[in-house]
Amino acid sequence: MKIVVCVKQVPDTAATMTVEEGKISWGDAQLIINPWDEYAVEAALNIAATHGAEVIVLSMGKEDETEAIKHALAMGANDAVLVTDPVLENLDNVATARILAKAIQKIGEVDLAIFGQQSVDTVTGLLPAQVARVLGWPALPLVSQFDAISPDEGTLRVKRALEEGKQIVDGKFPAVVSVTKDYGEPRYPSFMGIRKASRAKYPIWGLADLEMDAPKTVVFWSDVSAPPTREIVSEIIAGETPEEKAQNLVKKIMEEKVL
Amino acid sequence: MNKNILVFIDHFKGEAQAASWEAIAVGKTLVEGEGKVSALVLGHGVASLANTAFQYGADEVLLAESPTLEDYRPEPWADVIAQVAREHAPDVMIFPTTTRAKELAGMAAVDLETGVLVDVVNLIVENGTLIATRPIYAGKLLSTVKCEATPQIVTLRGRAFASPEPDAALSGTPTPVGVELAPDGIATSVVDYAKAESGISLKDANVIVSGGRGVSNNASLSPPADISEDEQEIWKAEQGFKLINELAAVLGAAVGASRAAVDANYIPYEHQVGQTGKVVSPNVYIACGISGAIQHLAGMRTSKVIVAINKDADAPIFKLARFGVVGDLFDILPPLIESFKESLG
Repeated sequence: MKIVVCVKQVPDTAATMTVEEGKISWGDAQLIINPWDEYAVEAALNIAATHGAEVIVLSMGKEDETEAIKHALAMGANDAVLVTDPVLENLDNVATARILAKAIQKIGEVDLAIFGQQSVDTVTGLLPAQVARVLGWPALPLVSQFDAISPDEGTLRVKRALEEGKQIVDGKFPAVVSVTKDYGEPRYPSFMGIRKASRAKYPIWGLADLEMDAPKTVVFWSDVSAPPTREIVSEIIAGETPEEKAQNLVKKIMEEKVL
Repeated sequence: MNKNILVFIDHFKGEAQAASWEAIAVGKTLVEGEGKVSALVLGHGVASLANTAFQYGADEVLLAESPTLEDYRPEPWADVIAQVAREHAPDVMIFPTTTRAKELAGMAAVDLETGVLVDVVNLIVENGTLIATRPIYAGKLLSTVKCEATPQIVTLRGRAFASPEPDAALSGTPTPVGVELAPDGIATSVVDYAKAESGISLKDANVIVSGGRGVSNNASLSPPADISEDEQEIWKAEQGFKLINELAAVLGAAVGASRAAVDANYIPYEHQVGQTGKVVSPNVYIACGISGAIQHLAGMRTSKVIVAINKDADAPIFKLARFGVVGDLFDILPPLIESFKESLG
């Protein structure tokens, strides 16, 4: 089997985000692999360990955006591809999906493309379904569990998280899945893995390598801002005993008329 | 100029996601000239939803029914949506931000060569173009986006727009959509469902009671001695969450949790609120034993009234709280449950 895991580099989730002269800033916070993508890598590595598969990391970004790829390689992925091109700034989702789909096709003979459920920066969560749509493969987003995988038959059975519970779905390879956090804790990179990843050489593809023109982007950002600061008048509830505090708190909440 | 709006009604086996009705209400504010708001209902045996859509003010309901559409699957559903969009050429397509609707909006955008503005919390119109505000970085920042292709597709965050009341006097006859799908051409099949744990969903809740690391921090409890230290901690946390569940039951609230509580296996992930969990915006958010890491605050900061109960008077959560109680949640919650019972009758 061949599995592609798509990963992205994002600012640390602990970062305080600000806007400086219209540009997003995360101060001196670290850049990390999108936390959701770690679950995708974990799933790929587990499937590979059970069924035998090559795990290839695919990322799109600037040439120096290598944190996500390095982390996934350090976790144990076999190989990586970075797609980068000067024209690839501010692409919308559909355009990104078309490029990733092309890259997956160029990697070739891929059975499964695995994504994290969304990225913590732009939080759209659209890409897995869109990449599947572009490829014409079945989309199985939000998988919390792989119940069965049969590389010989080219089939899989997964549990998908819907609002109302889990949907158990059978699908055929090649397919696109995204993995939710309740799949299970991702492993930490090993020391050996980190050393190997830091020396890893992998191909960098531009649009010419993918034999495509820049896909059309139609969604544009016009502005980014900090959310309006809320004037919160904080009040510490007084009381000699827990009972008194509880009663005073209930009284205050009832006065807000929000229950 | 006429402006037509197509609204996707999201449902699970005929049970609608309430944000669909909010989407109809928003659609009615965007319609122009002789244009109309058309609601699109897909499924099998779901005609009653069409009636509800009329009651929420849809001018027209397009009803696409087929045994192939009985279970939700992205591919055939997206095929029908793209087909309807091509036939009716709406200017704007509105979806609620739900699991299914978001996938379908994304796939429709691929088919129709347009774009999606996802999880929108505010919408204005400038020269016929929608200008949408959407949170990024879990609400730490807001971005303004627009889609320069037709149809403009948006998904609306639930509870961000006014929740309309149905008018029982309104009715209509749905317009059937001819569905042409080859069942054999679909690569997935739904085998079964596992129902979610009963309880109120975080996204729909008016009130949320959440627990954090502090729920296991009760020195006066003595867990069974014959289990490991980790199990003892979880045993203690279960006692804490019992109180949180009890308070939630009194308030008709959903139960949330911090990442720390989820990572320590106190409670399943589906309860996690925050940057890598759910982003919520209830009327009242009661944080018990949650210190308030920036990732957690990002997930609940837009709640109307935030209440914090924490032993540590310096916990960052108090900065965001309208009301704070400095105290041990194990001391505060039992009388709080009793007081709410009395006040709410």
